[in-house]
Amino acid sequence: MINTDLLISLSLIIVSGLLSFSLAKGRARLYLVNNEPLRSMPIYHGLYVSLWGMLPSLFLLFLFLLFKSNILSALVIPYISDTTRELGSDEIIYVKNFLINNISNLKTLIDSEFLTIDKAKSLSDKYSFGRIILFSLIFILSVISSIASFKSLSVRFDARRKVENIFQFIFFLFSTMAVLTTMGIIFSLIFETLRFFSQVSFFEFVFGTHWSPQTAIREDQVGSSGSFGAIPLFTGTLLITSVAMLIAAPLGLYSAIFLSQYAKPRTRDLLKPILEILAGIPTVVYGFFAALTVGPFVRSCGEYLGLTVATESALAAGAVMGVMIIPYVSSLSDDVMSAVPVSLRDGSLALGATKAETVSKVIFPAALPGIVSALLLAVSRAIGETMIVVMAAGLAANLTANPLSAVTTVTVQIVTLLVGDQEFDSPKTLAAFALGLMLFVITLILNIFAMIIVRKYRERYE
Amino acid sequence: MNDQLNNKSLIQCSNVNVFYADQQALFDINLDIRENEVTSLIGPSGCGKSTFLRCINRMNDVIDICKVEGSISIDNQNIYDPEVDVVELRSRIGMVFQKPNPFPKSVYDNVAYGPKLHGRILHQEDLDRKVEESLERAGLWSEVKDRLHEPGTSLSGGQQQRLCIARAIAIDPSVILMDEPCSALDPIATAKIEELIDELKSKYTITIVTHSMQQAARVSQRTAFFHLGKLIEVGDTEKIFRSPEHEQTEAYVTGRYG
Amino acid sequence: MSSNNFKKRHRAEKRFKAYGLISLVTAAIMLIVIIGSMIYKSIPAFTNYTLDLEVNMVSQSLDTDIEEINYRGIVRDSFFSLFPEVQDRSEKRKLSKLISSSAGYSLRDFIIENPTYGNKKFYFSVLFTDDSDLFYKGYVDVYLPEDERRLDNQEIFWLTKLQSRGRVESKISRNLFLNGDSREPEVAGFYGATIGSLITIFVTLVLSFPIGVITAIYLENFAIKNRITDFIEVNINNLAAVPSIIFGLLGLAVFINFFGMPRSVPLVGGLVLSLMTLPTIIITTRSSLQSVPPSIREAALAMGASEMQVVFQHLLPAALPGIFTGAIIGLARAFGESAPLLLIGMVAFIVDIPASINDPATALPVQIYLWADSPERAFVAKTSAATLILIGLLIVINLVAVILRKRYEVKW
Repeated sequence: MINTDLLISLSLIIVSGLLSFSLAKGRARLYLVNNEPLRSMPIYHGLYVSLWGMLPSLFLLFLFLLFKSNILSALVIPYISDTTRELGSDEIIYVKNFLINNISNLKTLIDSEFLTIDKAKSLSDKYSFGRIILFSLIFILSVISSIASFKSLSVRFDARRKVENIFQFIFFLFSTMAVLTTMGIIFSLIFETLRFFSQVSFFEFVFGTHWSPQTAIREDQVGSSGSFGAIPLFTGTLLITSVAMLIAAPLGLYSAIFLSQYAKPRTRDLLKPILEILAGIPTVVYGFFAALTVGPFVRSCGEYLGLTVATESALAAGAVMGVMIIPYVSSLSDDVMSAVPVSLRDGSLALGATKAETVSKVIFPAALPGIVSALLLAVSRAIGETMIVVMAAGLAANLTANPLSAVTTVTVQIVTLLVGDQEFDSPKTLAAFALGLMLFVITLILNIFAMIIVRKYRERYE
Repeated sequence: MNDQLNNKSLIQCSNVNVFYADQQALFDINLDIRENEVTSLIGPSGCGKSTFLRCINRMNDVIDICKVEGSISIDNQNIYDPEVDVVELRSRIGMVFQKPNPFPKSVYDNVAYGPKLHGRILHQEDLDRKVEESLERAGLWSEVKDRLHEPGTSLSGGQQQRLCIARAIAIDPSVILMDEPCSALDPIATAKIEELIDELKSKYTITIVTHSMQQAARVSQRTAFFHLGKLIEVGDTEKIFRSPEHEQTEAYVTGRYG
Repeated sequence: MSSNNFKKRHRAEKRFKAYGLISLVTAAIMLIVIIGSMIYKSIPAFTNYTLDLEVNMVSQSLDTDIEEINYRGIVRDSFFSLFPEVQDRSEKRKLSKLISSSAGYSLRDFIIENPTYGNKKFYFSVLFTDDSDLFYKGYVDVYLPEDERRLDNQEIFWLTKLQSRGRVESKISRNLFLNGDSREPEVAGFYGATIGSLITIFVTLVLSFPIGVITAIYLENFAIKNRITDFIEVNINNLAAVPSIIFGLLGLAVFINFFGMPRSVPLVGGLVLSLMTLPTIIITTRSSLQSVPPSIREAALAMGASEMQVVFQHLLPAALPGIFTGAIIGLARAFGESAPLLLIGMVAFIVDIPASINDPATALPVQIYLWADSPERAFVAKTSAATLILIGLLIVINLVAVILRKRYEVKW
């Protein structure tokens, strides 16, 4: 339905572009034929005019596509407010979506009986009218800008540079995508978080120790209003991250040391891919493995030793997360240690130090800023990890430092709060954004720290 | 002067051949290094002098593809004997590199690194004394005595190289190997180091690789000329430069090629 | 100097080296354990037990509309005829639950393709339910008390009787590979999820590759080094390290709620994943461009080419192998991602195989997540099989990248 419209619009634009291209190119060719000193090759003349013809219309089309849903909603809603039947709010949304999805098909609209025949016809007419307006706008805009740019053509016209400038501008716009994304993240998170804090107090969130987001759905339902104290989430995240780092840091560092200092090229070629494969395993697989095998295993070990261990223990989830992070730590540390100049290593060895002493007393201390930075990045990764904990860690907020118990993390709660039917305005969903904002800020700080540390101490070798 | 030139031989190298994978870098080197003398190794670049130097403290072991054949005896023991502890060997030989490479530690810790490692000095005061003594002998003490805890990398180029020499001295080596120690330094720093080498020879045996014939002439008592991996001629420095026996030696020292 | 010091230090050296080797070996063991346990647990999923059922359609006339026939009833009656002694209605109901409820649909599809069978008596393969299937595979512990099992003694008796009649055989499960998701474990397959993943990754590719490469080219060759470009670069580096779930939140807030895009479709999934992959592609493209030696650029400039011509006619082709490799690796990572997709709704129960970017779909990693949550025992094997497929596809993608790199890499 909309796709046909898209095709028509695009065709209009492309046809207009092609036409203006050949016209302009032909005109430029004429100069050549008449032996006038043409500054830029004809193809650039053609490109100049056709780009000016197509780009504004494309931009208009893009804007329309982006806001299509909003526009159609605005079009349809007046028709719902006076329908033939009484409807509850859920039904209104259903009807609205139905009307939007079938707006181009008059028969369906009439058959559905959501609107009277007259109203259906009126809606359909309005829609067709709107379509025609859109197509006309696109076409007219295209023609106008083609003609306007055509006027600039002349023999001395530096079409090539102008065309390249247009492209450069487009490239520049592309590269702002990254900035737009960051801004999108920040603004949407902040916006929703502010809405959240209008319903739940900031202090309760940051300092509260009771996390139980079950809010009553309807006024008359019996049940506690949710409490949103996020401290247990922070401690849970911290606990699992600590377990993970306890495993990943030594294993990762020693692996890096072995690979870079001790392994012969053949061994290195054999062992390094293993780490790379570990890094490539999707986190959902790790999560499944943790839930299916590691959790029960840790639990039975615990029972054997006479301890109470939850199936969803922080130990199980943290251990698997640790394994996942090992390649991360290893490759970052390897890079950092390899960057230490060989002359330092030689200097130490020549003084009669063993390889181990050279690594631990010279190379490692020299690389320390980089290693600290690598560990910070690994922590950042662990904190932001979602699937492993969603599948293997608990859902109940539990304020404890015991790795044998089940805890929940920030990421688990973000998923739990948002997966499933919910209204967008309830404090439950908004809480997810507040948690997301905290997560974003914390990982951002860690990453910036990591960068600063490396930058500050890099002078040592320059 | 002739009497000084008859010191006993400390290092005996016989039939030394060195390969980098399939490429042979040194062909059948036979050379004696005499005690308490400065022996210089000269020759055009790429002729194997640094490779040979690194054989003496087995630093070539660090390079995977490098294979050394033949024997090098120090104190009547072949250092390439499988029983030999390389770490122990290197604790008796000091090395100074082309580009000064002080550790990113304090001046004090740089010099104290070796002695602390080998566990020879157990008391703090003894260590302090050792550090001062080494720096003194390297001619650096007066310049750094108030900056002992600043990073070694904060010194000037010439000072850094002398720090590396002090660091090597601190382990009480019998031999000091120097691989073009002045090539990264300015003339003033170079002069200081050459002066230092002259003083040091009374306590240590020094072997220096140099691409500067003038330096060899200034600093050493014996000179060995290498060319394309072969030892062409070895003898008293004066003789090598005034009346070399081999044509190639003469061509090199007279500057016909470099 | 004492030789004691050296011995001790050599021992320390050996220990140190051993720690390194042990760490690597531990990592290798973990890898083997993970993959191994997936393989082991997935084995039951690859076969299904089927019943060779004599289907009796003799009483149907060929004139009856094929769509209107009660296939389910026919299958049930044919099945009941194998147990004439069972007359009680509730027992019959229990009996009918031994074979898959999808059997009727399979029969219908078969008759539609082979209408001449519409009035005959013939043998037809019918799937068992997941519980029966698990029993035949040996996963039901008959020694447990009856109420702790999913099959009671009577059901087990019936199943054993069927087997002793020799009509039960084990076949390779085509369902696993060719079907979409289903509530019935015996019928569920990951084909739908795989297609959904492929469509989503296609969208990701189409969006992130051009934008990423263009941005990298612009930043590397055309942008003036000013505060704005610095800001852009800082943004890119930060985005590369943002947890993937944040992109899901972004998608939810902006694409679904503000722009009103539909949930659960590959278009939005692809949009979100492309935002996530964009920084990676930019960074790898830049490093490919940087590794092209300046001499190429200088030579082209010297011949009078404009900056843009130099970039697009000389630099870009030279850097292309590295760019493709980096892009493939970035896309591979996106292929295995599930967290952002959970938030934008690609977590619904989708039965139909998606056919366009606007059809409701799920992705393979999300399917794994959903199945892992299911209580039925049979889903454990299916989930493991799905993880193997996911890993397999990723290996293929990465191999393609490695091969491309080895073949086209130019060593400057």
